[in-house]
Amino acid sequence: MTKSELIEALATKQNQLTQKDIDAAVKTLLEHMSQALAAGERIEIRGFGSFSLHHRPARTGRNPKTGETVNLPAKHVPHFKPGKELRDRVNLDA
Amino acid sequence: MALTKAVMADRLFEELGLNKREAKEIVDSFFEEVRLALEKGEQVKLSGFGNFGLRKKNQRPGRNPKTGEEIPISARRVVTFRPGQKLRARVEAYAGHIEQ
Repeated sequence: MTKSELIEALATKQNQLTQKDIDAAVKTLLEHMSQALAAGERIEIRGFGSFSLHHRPARTGRNPKTGETVNLPAKHVPHFKPGKELRDRVNLDA
Repeated sequence: MALTKAVMADRLFEELGLNKREAKEIVDSFFEEVRLALEKGEQVKLSGFGNFGLRKKNQRPGRNPKTGEEIPISARRVVTFRPGQKLRARVEAYAGHIEQ
């Protein structure tokens, strides 16, 4: 399912908002989530999961083509931990 | 403070002028729609943000940490999230402390 398919699915399931409103809402929502993570903030959605940042320390890497060593600075990466309801629901048939 | 659904709904109210009830409903339905797709075994690709997918885990031996008793961990599906290029790049630059 892509973002536009998700927007369509939301539009067919309700009749108050136009598809244009839903499109704007989904985009605003995702931008809000990205902004929060970019500012080091956690996201917590009960029944869905939480997003946080994980720290990756600096390391020396190697360019696989040239064999040259490169210093890779410390960075943060986004991390998602599924919540209980989501974990359970993807295993309903099990 | 962590970003929650209530804060997201407030943003939709302020930025898009949805009324509070509509805003809350669309935030709830958004996450529900992602859950429904994953429940059906479908991957969810949100360009600019990231992809949610599923991985199959085989049964493996486990242990009750309290009693030390051996119990198998049954085969299951787990949800994975792979952040997209754009989100990675935005987060990489963050230099402050991580909110725990």
